[in-house]
This record gives sequence, C-alpha cells and structure tokens, in this order.
Amino acid sequence: MAILSRTLERLFFLAAAGSALLTAALFLLLVHLALPLFEQGGLLALLRSPWDPGAGLYGIYPMVVGSLSIAFLALLIGFPLSLGGAFFITTFAPLPLRRPLLNLVRLLTGIPTVVYSFAALFLLVPFMREHLTGGAGLNILSAALMLALLIAPTMIIFFVDAIRRVPSSYTQAAAALGGSPAQRLVYIALPLAWPGILNGLLLALGRAMGDTMISLMIAGNAVAAPESVTDGARTLTAHIALVIAADVSSLEFQSIFACGILLYLFTAILVLTLRLLGRLPERHTG
Amino acid sequence: MNRRGELILIAFSWCCTLLLTAAVGTLLLFLLRRGLSAFDMALFFGDTAPLDALLLRRPVFDGLFPALFGTVVLVFLAVACAIPVGLAAGIYLAEYAAPAPKRLLNLLFDVLAGIPSIVIGLAGFALAIVLHRTFSGRIGPCLLLSALSLAFLVLPYLIRSTQNTLEAVDPVTRRTALALGASKLQNILYVLLPNRMADLTGGIILAVGRCAEDTAVIMLTGVVASAGIPDSLLRQYEALPFYIYYISSQYSGPDELERGFAAALVLLFLCTALFLLAFLAQRRLKERLFYR
Repeated sequence: MAILSRTLERLFFLAAAGSALLTAALFLLLVHLALPLFEQGGLLALLRSPWDPGAGLYGIYPMVVGSLSIAFLALLIGFPLSLGGAFFITTFAPLPLRRPLLNLVRLLTGIPTVVYSFAALFLLVPFMREHLTGGAGLNILSAALMLALLIAPTMIIFFVDAIRRVPSSYTQAAAALGGSPAQRLVYIALPLAWPGILNGLLLALGRAMGDTMISLMIAGNAVAAPESVTDGARTLTAHIALVIAADVSSLEFQSIFACGILLYLFTAILVLTLRLLGRLPERHTG
Repeated sequence: MNRRGELILIAFSWCCTLLLTAAVGTLLLFLLRRGLSAFDMALFFGDTAPLDALLLRRPVFDGLFPALFGTVVLVFLAVACAIPVGLAAGIYLAEYAAPAPKRLLNLLFDVLAGIPSIVIGLAGFALAIVLHRTFSGRIGPCLLLSALSLAFLVLPYLIRSTQNTLEAVDPVTRRTALALGASKLQNILYVLLPNRMADLTGGIILAVGRCAEDTAVIMLTGVVASAGIPDSLLRQYEALPFYIYYISSQYSGPDELERGFAAALVLLFLCTALFLLAFLAQRRLKERLFYR
C-alpha cells in the first residue's frame, strides 16, 4: 500500500512536470525549426520586411500589421458593447432577466468559431460587398466585427464578475445616502472594479490575436500590408494555416515558425502582464 | 451625475445588449433557416442504408457520417489522453506543490492555456516533421497526432479546473478524514475528489466541447476533406469542423452549400448540447451530493 501510494504521488508530480516541460519544449521546437530563417537576418529583419516569395522576401510585416489591426479594431468595437452589456446584466436589467441573460452569455462562449465564420461568410460578407465597402467584402472590418461578437461574451462574463465582486457594504452605503443605481455603478463599482475589467480586456485581446478561423475565412488573406479597414488582410494565424501546404524545406515554409514564435511570445508577455496586474493592491477587501 | 447622464447610461446599456442579441440572433436564425431544409437521413448517410453505415459495413460517400465519426473518435481519444494527465497534474498543483514550484507551474500553464490553437497545431505538425526525419519512417499527419495535439490543447483547462475544484473544498471536509487517520492520498482519492465530482465532470464536458469545435489544430495535423472511415490511428480522417471550413471555400453547387449549412447546424447543436450537459451535470450532481 505504501509503495502504491508512493508511486501514485510520484505520477502526480511527473504529470505536472511533464506538462510544464512540454510547454517549454514547444517553444524550443519552434525556434529550432525557424533557425535557418534566422541565419538570413534574425527575427527583427523578418518583422520589417514584406512578403514576396517571388523576390525571395519572406518577411511577416504584413501579417503582424494584419493581426494587430484586426484584433485592436475588434476590441474597439467589442469593448464598449460588452461594457454596456455588463452594465445591463448587473444594474439595469429587470431582475428576473439578469440570471437567464448571464447564462445565455455563457452559452454563447461555447459556439464554435467555425460556425460563426461560416454564417458570417454568407450573411455579413455579401452585405458588406453590396452596401458598405464594395470589393469582395472580405476585409478587416468584416473580420473585426465578427471577432468583436466572438470575444464579447468572454468580456461580459469578466466585467460582470468584476462589478459583482465589489463588496455590497459599499454600494449599500451609497444607496443609503440616496445614490441611484446608475450613480452607484459609476462612482462606487467602476472605480473599484477596473482591475478586473482590464483583466477581461487583456484576455479578450489574447483571444482576438489567437483566433484563426474568422480571419482565415473572412479577412481576405491579402499578403500586402493593409492601408485601411476596407482592405483585405492576412493575420499571423491565418498565414500559418495557409502556408502549411508549401514545401517543407523552403524558406517560405519556415516563416510560419517565426509566426508561431511571435504568437507564443505575445501570449507569454500577456500572461506576465496579467500576473503583474494581479499583484496590484486589492483596494476593495473591506 | 445629473438625470440626463443617468438616462444616457441606461439607454447605452439597453442599446448594447439589444445590438449584441440582435447580431447573434440574426446569424443563428440565418443558419437555422438555411440549414434545416437539408436535414434528413441523406444528409448523414447519403445513398447508403443507415444501418450498414453505422455498422461500418459500407462506406458513405455523400454524407456527414464519416466526418461525424471522425470527430467522435478524435474527441474520445484526445480527452482520454488528457484526463489522466490533467487530473494528476491538477492534484499535484493543489495538494503537493511547494509555493515556489507552484508559482512557476501556474505561470507555464497560464501560458499554455493562452497559446493560440493554431500554434499547438503547428507544434504537432513540427513534431511530425522531426519524427519523420529521425525515423525516416512514414509517420505523417494522422488521427493519432491530431488527438495528441488536441489533448495538449485542453490539458491546461483540465489542470486548472481540477486544481480550482480541489482548492475550493471547505476546510472542515478537508480535515475530517485526516483527523480520523486517513493518509493524504486516501483523503484525496476517497474524500476530496468524490466530494467534487460535479465540478470535475463539468470541466471534462467543457473540454470535450473544446475538442469538438476546434478547427485550427486538426487542419495542421491530419484532417482531410475526404478520407472515409480511417482503419487505423495512423491514417488521415475527416472531421465536422473541417468539413464546414472546406465547404465554405470549395463548394461546387447549391446542394453542397446546403450540406455545409446543415453541417454547421449539427456542430452548433452538438456544442450547445455538451454545454447544457455540463451545466446540468454540475447542478444535478451538486444537489445529489448535498442531500446524501
């Protein structure tokens, strides 16, 4: 029995250590496979040059711009909408509606991305083409709109959670002094809940940068760096999916490992930022 | 804040909620309207008799059955690989790890949870290349590789849900068996885990849903548009999410597009059902444990 429990406990440790090692090994594997590309001039040079395989240029500058512009535009659209949604669920919705609405939002987080993209491809994209932007309708704006819709439920859940964690003694005190629900929200809850809101915003940014299917299916996948929101663009994630079919030993193929490294580093920096944010003094432990 | 500011804030919240609901509702209704008309037996089995197809006696050419079959096998394999590792690592983090290693492990698993799924797929693909070079064998993208990559994708969720679940056990429950002379391991296996079965099950079902919907990982690690039912784990296979993606770019006529819509609906129903199941499992099991 003692031996058995010793073995089991050792297995628990091995599982944890093994998973952690794999996470680190994943990064090393990507670097190892991108090495031939780095000998051409390093990651920074790749980040600055355009994508033109015909001329021997395998820079990923256009994809970086594409990823960042789609993700930030999606946040720009999704953040106010989600904040409004969270206000509604926590404060302004009729009482019997609040819990079902929050459950509905939770359900929405489970809708497959590929289903969203498919529906958008045959509904939003033709609408864009005929009424708003012209062209193919496959552009940054379409992708950002869909991405905003995809990340909104995640943000709403975090915002609602942050607002609800504000101790009720504070809001009740404000209510006793005659504060209306809106006043309590703006002057009491929001100033205390902002770290949680920032947390949700950063996680949504990670989700937006990491999404593949929406940008692959409706951003147009153009390889030139986009100049306006009605241009098509290719994201780092979509680039990986599109180039995977190329010849394995070519430099073109190796550029996707650079994309992988960038996305990995972005995630790591985001997680570290969230960590530092978590160290902020909690002001509302009343 | 004056009365006008308040009214503006209230109107803003209503508008945001209505706008979001309308946008999601429009998309889903559009899917339902286009997809439901293609729903019948032929959608799944084509011209093959359903019973023959289900018993794998005859291949299905014009239906969703191979894709559905691929998805089910894939999800089963991935989750079967991920559950033991995820549970074990979660138990270690919650019950055994010293503070310093725990911080490092937490950080790494947070990073792992945040890595985009396409990068996990890329790693799986890279692994296939390395294996191919090392063994110069015929180890290429296949069902097994996809399942392992997917398992890696959902691993951090399982670890996190196990860890949070165990850490949430109240101190009295945690100490009772220990006070009666149970060992630490006995306490975990016979008290803490059974006590939290509801939350554990919920976490696992959500992981199943995550595996079923993911497209990015599998499109890099072995899924193809038509492969039929794979006869070994080292073969390429079909899967529902990839079928939807493939149809969206390669459909050859209105009939095929209709099937794409129907496939999207099937996946939507599947994921919604799994989500509701997780929701109900947590609630039901909680009640039962409460009254026991």
